[in-house]
This record gives sequence, structure tokens and C-alpha cells, in this order.
Amino acid sequence: MTFIAKPKVAHPSLPRNALGFTRRDYEGALSTLCAGCGHDSITAAVVEASWGLDLEPQNMVKLSGIGCSSKTTAYFVSGGHGFNSVHGRMPSIAMGANAANRALTYIGVSGDGDTLSIGLGQFCHAIRRNLNMLYIIENNGVYGLTKGQFSASADVGTKAKKGETNLQPPIDPVLLAMTLGASFVARSFSGDKEQLVPLIQAGLRHRGFALIDVLSPCVTFNDHEGSTKSYAYTREHYEPAVHADFVPLEREIVANYQQGETMPLLMHDGSRIVLRKLDASYDPTDRVNAAAHIQERMKAGEYLTGLLHIEPSQNEFHEVNETPDVPLNSVSYEALCPGSKGLEKTLARYR
Amino acid sequence: MEPTDTSNPDYYHRVVDCQWACPAHTDVPEYIRLIAQGRFTEAYMVNRESNVFPGILGRVCDRPCEPACRRGRIEDQKPVAICRLKRVAADHRDEVADLLPKAPHVKNGRRIACVGAGCASLTVANDLMPLGYEVTIFEQFGEPGGLMRTNIPSFRLPHSVLNEEIAMITGMGVDLKLNTPVKSMRGLLTTGGFDAVFVGSGAPKGKELSLPGRAEAGANIHIGISWLESVAFGHIEKIGKRVLIIGVGNTAMDCCRTSLRLGADSVKVMARKPREFFKASAWELEDAEEESVAIIINRSPKSFVLENGRLTGMLFDKMEYQMDATGRITVERVAGEEFLPADDVILAIGQENAFPWVERDMGIEFDKWDVPVVDKATFESTRPGVFFGGDAAFGPKNIIWAVEHGHQAAISIHRHCHGESASERMPPGVNLQSRKMGMHEWSYSNDYTPVERRLMPHVSLKERFKNLNIEVELGFTAEQVEQEVQRCLNCDVQTVFSAKLCIECDACIDICPVDCLTITHNGEESDLRQRLTAPAKNLTQALYVSAGLPQTGRVMVKDEDLCVHCGLCAERCPTAAWDMQKSQLRWPHAGDQQPVTTQQAKIA
Repeated sequence: MTFIAKPKVAHPSLPRNALGFTRRDYEGALSTLCAGCGHDSITAAVVEASWGLDLEPQNMVKLSGIGCSSKTTAYFVSGGHGFNSVHGRMPSIAMGANAANRALTYIGVSGDGDTLSIGLGQFCHAIRRNLNMLYIIENNGVYGLTKGQFSASADVGTKAKKGETNLQPPIDPVLLAMTLGASFVARSFSGDKEQLVPLIQAGLRHRGFALIDVLSPCVTFNDHEGSTKSYAYTREHYEPAVHADFVPLEREIVANYQQGETMPLLMHDGSRIVLRKLDASYDPTDRVNAAAHIQERMKAGEYLTGLLHIEPSQNEFHEVNETPDVPLNSVSYEALCPGSKGLEKTLARYR
Repeated sequence: MEPTDTSNPDYYHRVVDCQWACPAHTDVPEYIRLIAQGRFTEAYMVNRESNVFPGILGRVCDRPCEPACRRGRIEDQKPVAICRLKRVAADHRDEVADLLPKAPHVKNGRRIACVGAGCASLTVANDLMPLGYEVTIFEQFGEPGGLMRTNIPSFRLPHSVLNEEIAMITGMGVDLKLNTPVKSMRGLLTTGGFDAVFVGSGAPKGKELSLPGRAEAGANIHIGISWLESVAFGHIEKIGKRVLIIGVGNTAMDCCRTSLRLGADSVKVMARKPREFFKASAWELEDAEEESVAIIINRSPKSFVLENGRLTGMLFDKMEYQMDATGRITVERVAGEEFLPADDVILAIGQENAFPWVERDMGIEFDKWDVPVVDKATFESTRPGVFFGGDAAFGPKNIIWAVEHGHQAAISIHRHCHGESASERMPPGVNLQSRKMGMHEWSYSNDYTPVERRLMPHVSLKERFKNLNIEVELGFTAEQVEQEVQRCLNCDVQTVFSAKLCIECDACIDICPVDCLTITHNGEESDLRQRLTAPAKNLTQALYVSAGLPQTGRVMVKDEDLCVHCGLCAERCPTAAWDMQKSQLRWPHAGDQQPVTTQQAKIA
């Protein structure tokens, strides 16, 4: 961490987005995480992605629970709304906020502890409801804030900083989400922004629950030899399967991809994700095939990364529940409150 | 690109833009830090080591450092007022007598003659006296200082400052022969008994403008530098009401402002070309215009107009120019003429060096422009043991260049007197020292301060004309100094990278406020410059490229252009792959010797 705030001075040739903002305008408060923390890189990727999508900061909602990862929502888009909830309960808050105002962009940031231990139930149900949000897990395999105990995502055989070996099997958020029917499941690495930034952009534009599990090394408690989530180990064992380029509606595809390797997917708002398969046998739109492939690579000790599964056509929470098309704050008082007669009528239905 | 060789002293030296631009390589960031700490005396001494005349240069330097200052490249920011801060050190220092170099009582038996007591010769004496040389300076006027005294008016440079700094040198026991113009180089070389001769006689000949009426109206037409000289020595005390200055260089600025102090009330500076072609420094133009001097462009002198044998004015051609996209004049045209009345005209269209006293058969070669052939590095003429420096060597430049010529000539003279080749010179070196004090602690002020450049307070327009000697610039106030010193970016505190420690966590890249860092795969420079976090468009600024990084083999690239040296990369680096290290340039002066490495010492 640092005590010196990042000065406001900026590079004059910094590009501006459609709103006239530079990347710097999507930054947040000074990070108090350890120097070199993977989470800070993810924060930078969120900044870059939000800037690239021309998101209006005032229409963004940042939600988090407890843990190192959950502190990071303070470090990006200081102009957005934020809610730092209790441990593992971020999905409930997101649910409530999203139910009330569907017009905002929701980013939840959580960690492996917050999601896979105390918040596992909440996490599962947010997926089940297909809540329209981007859910980022900053996954480092340890409880950094309490000095590095193994978390529920620690691999069997990985070594803690002081030498003990983890014997309990990990919960893999990617496979879990696929089992629960998630429509957008990705894995990435904090040290690979070229992969991560377009994934975040696609996730933000995806209608429904988008999960990105980001391997984010804990530089203080889990970056040593014998760890399976260190920078060096991750770099050696991560295997990009599908590269996703996010192409906003307003931009044409100019990159020249070789035929057969690319697969453009149309999203609900007209923008596209161009999938570039690095592994020809892999089909991210086929849940069964994808899950089998991920497990196979996992057995071989590799982290398969990229946009691992996508189903663009699923109905999200609001569609399933036939809620109003607009945020509740723009529904008229008369429509929202049926009055005492209306209430009686409704109650009578249950008598 | 190949990994950057930071062991080459030039690499880190170039990052310190001001020091690189300064002909004498003054350690600017170091003296600004000392001023910030209130250590004015030390700041003065740091200056004196390289530029010899901090009090003088703090007022009248041509400031090549300021256009180069990195601060000026930051959006909406002007360069640090480097020159003005130098004056702060000179104004507020304590007694420095005990800190000055001293000449030894026992001399080394070598005698050096310097011609002209200007800044170049004085620098030679300054460097050679402490080494035991006996230096004799021959000066044509009754006071030393050369053009610093004769051509810079005292309202810009008070005599007290000039005298004090010259005395620091002559006080070492220089044999200063005043009112002794050298009439013959032959005499000096054959009967003087000198081991080496240094010619620092400046460029004392003002250029003439031969137009109709020049001779007839001679009494009211003056050559700028001679006129300033006469004013400086009190021979001229008055000028007519309406004055035209021909030429728009720094001498013209001094002439117009001096005229106002000698009784002129309408002074016009006549320029042949538009403003972007002016030779005068921007600040000198501003100061003149503040005093209501009119600067008139596109007027080419045609003739002097006389009535009854007396000058009444001048006739000018009205010029029109067409320029191309690069600002070069492609077409020029005369569009009519204009008469401007004048009582006096001052010609300030340039000056040259002149050597009527150097016999052409002494082995000192002159080129086709009748200028001595001088080696650009050693300042030696074609006759061994005869050296030229300052304006005498390569024509009119400025004080700070003359000082550096003096330093370099002193090295050559020292080597010459020891029977060593002047061309084999000690190379410069750079020392690096970490500024890390502990957790989040750096021994320099690394917080970026967004304040704007402070403006120099001036004596009011009412007061300043009362006397020729009233110094117009008042110097910064304490509050101004406090703010101005914080504007310096400490470019000498370098970002030093060790590739083998990097774990490629991206922390430095994410935190860099000016996007000057990138980790990417290597490529050609032109390609890399496009692929950086922010494209590196300023080709005059270097790219640092690391060796391949351990985990992926990519490289760390740093664009030096806009780095504000805040140290956040080093602060954020978990493995200390980045460190902030102060670079100190070792720019050799006379008498400096190559340090003997431990290895060499062992062999010996």
C-alpha cells in the first residue's frame, strides 16, 4: 500500500471516451491493499473496462461483502453508488437493489472466502435467479485479511506460507456456477489484462448473471514456492481456451480472424462478443462439453481460462418475474401503491 | 529494442532535462531541494561549482534549462523558475568565504595568460588557481567583467553582485592587469613567459548597417553594444526623446530599456520579421513591453533621413511574408514604405568576435570567415598551448556557454601543462544512491504539487525609471520560494528498475499517474512507442527498455517524457524491482582524476 495519493496530474494524450472522460475519471480512492496485490490489477481492469464502455459513473452500483477483495469497490468509479455489505451477503443487497432499479449497472466484487465459504448459499441463489449483474471473484486461495489461512478455493497439496499443506478439496466457482445454470462463466488472471478487460466488458453487457473468477495472487501470504496461486505458478499453469473480444454495438469488427477459429456471438443490446478459440475442440456454448473439458484440464493441473461458458438467450430475473420495465422510482405513486381498497382486494385473495 | 544501457552516464543525465540542457550541467534539482530546506549557502555552492556566477546568472542567464524543464511538458504547466531560484540562493546565502576554493601558497610553476576579464577567462582562473597555477588576466577596461559589465545594464544586474562574484575569483591571487589591452599575440607568446594562453576576449564588435545617410547622421546613430558600454562607464548619460532600436535580440532589449532611463519617452524596436523569428528571449521581450516599448514587426530599414544635416528619422520598407506549414518564410514582398521620426537610432543587429591583435603568422589558423579554427571539445587553436573560449571561440552565445568553455579550456590547459593530450579527457560519470528510508519513506519530497509558476515581482513602473541603477526585479518573496521549490519534479531521483526482481504484478503500471509504464512484448522502437499505455509521441525523450522479465519474457518499458518522479511505482512494487535512486552527475573539471577502482588498486 502507499500513503501518497495518486496525483491528479495526467498524461495529456490520454484518450477520452464518448462521454469525454479519461481512464483517470473512473478511478476511486487510494488503495490500502498490499503493494503488488492482484486485486489492484483487477481494479485497474474494471476502470479500463468501464471507461471503454462509456458507462456513466452515476449509473453504476458497486457492491461487496467482507475481505481484501471487498475493499476494492472503494478503489474504482468513485462517482458510482456503493454498498459494502456484511460478510457473504452481497448477493442479497444486489438482489434488492436490482429489483428496485433495473436500469443501473451492477458490479459485485467478492473474494473466495466471501463467496465460497460464508456466502456460498447467497452466491448460488443469485445464480439461480439469474440476477442481472457482473460478479467478480478475486480468488487468491487464502484469507489474506486474517493472515493467510487456507480458503475454500485452496487446491489440495498447496502449501501455506509457513509450510503446512492443504488437504481439503477446493470448491471451484466456475464448475459450481455451470452446475447451477449460470449463463456467463469466465475465468481469468489478474496479471493478464488483455484477457480480463474484454471479459469484464462482456460481463457488464451480458443480460443475466455473469461470473468472472479471477485468479488474483496474494502477494503477501500466497506468492511463495509451493503455492498453486502464486504469480509464477499461475503464469505457468494457466491455459487460455477461449479469448473473448468484446465489440460494442457502435464499433465494427475490424480485426481479421482466421475462419473456423472465431465465433461471433450477438448480445441482447446488439453488441457482439467475438470468441477466438485457442483450443479447437472446446465449445463454450455447450455446457456439458465445456464442463467436461474444464474438469479434464483441472485434473491435468491446468487453469483453463477465458470465456468458458456462455448462453446469451436466457431470461434474467426481471423477465422471469414480469416486473415493470422501468425502475420502481419512475413508476407512478398510484401504480406502486394500490391504496387501501386495492390492498383489501389483494389480501382477500389469500383468505 | 535492446535493453537500455543505464550504465552509460548519459542515460540518467538526459532524464534530468534541465541539467542536460545547461551547458555547464548545473545540478538544478539538488540546489532547488537545498533551497527548499532553507540551506541557501549549500545551494549557492552547488551552483558555483558548475556555473561559477550564481548571483549573476540568477538574474541574467539565458536559461536554456527552462524550456527543457519537464514541468513545462505537463498540461497547463510552465517550467520551474529555475533561474529565479538560483537568485534566491545567491540573495539569501551566508558568508561563503570559507567555502570557496583557495589557491595554494606554493605554486606549481606554470603561468597562464588570459585575454579579457570576462566570464570565460574568469572561469579559467577559477579552475586553475586552486591547482597552483599563476594566472594573469589582461583587461582593456578599468574594471573586470567583460560583457557582463559593459553590455548588461545595471538595472538588470547590480554592480555589487557582479563585483562580489568576480572578487571571489580574483581574490585567489589572480594577477589582474586592468587598462592593459593586449596589442599583439606575438608579444604575449614570445616575451610573456606563459605556458599557455587563453583568449576570452568576447565578441566586442557590433555589426554595422550601411544605409544611405549612415555617415552623415553618425552623431545620432549608435552601435548597440558600444553604446551600452559607454552608458555602463558613465560616458553617455542622455539620449533623445524619440529612439528607434534596429534589431530584436537581447541587446536590443537592453538598449530600449536603457534609453527609457536616459530620457527617451518614445522607444520603438524595429523588427524585420514577425515575432516568431525574434532572437530575444520571451521574458526579455515581456519586460521591455511592460515598460511601454513598442515592438514593431515587418519593417526593413531602408535609409536614414536627415534634415539640415541632422537625423530626423528613418525610412522603412513594409514587409509581407508568406509562410509554409512548418513556419518557414517562402515568399517575402515589399508592400510600401513608412517613415518614422527619431532623434536617435541604436543599431543592435548582432556582434562578432574580432582579432586584429592576433598576427596571422603565429600558427593560429583562421577560417574563411576570419574566425580562429578552434577544437569544439578541447578549445585549443591550431597552435598548441593557445586556447579560445566564450564568444571569442564560436561567436556570440551567452554567459553560461562561456562558463562551460572556460571549464573545458581549463581542463585542456591543465593537461597541456602536464604534457598530456588535451583530447584524451576524463569521461563523465553518474553515481546512483537509493532514496528509500523505510516503509513509505523517501528522502525527497515526492508528492506532486499542482501549483503554477510564481511571477517575479517588479519595482513599480513609477519608481524604476528614477535611476539607471534601480534593479527592476525584486526577487521572490519567502512565500513564493516556498511554492516554487515544490514545483520541481526531482527528475534526478531516478526510477531504477531491476528486471530480475519483477513478478509482473502490474502494480506500478496501474498506479503510475502519467501512464509512462508498460509491460509488453519487445519490438522496434517505432512500434513500441505506439503500443504503450499512453503513446510516446515525444521523440526527443528516451524509452527505457528492460531486459526480458523472468516469468513471461516480456519487457518493462518506461517513457521518460512525462514521469513526475512521484515514486509511486517504487512505493507499490512488492519486490523492490523499482527503486528511486538519486543520480549525481560527475562532470569533470580541471584537476579531477579518474577514480581508481579497487580492482586496479589491487593490481597496482
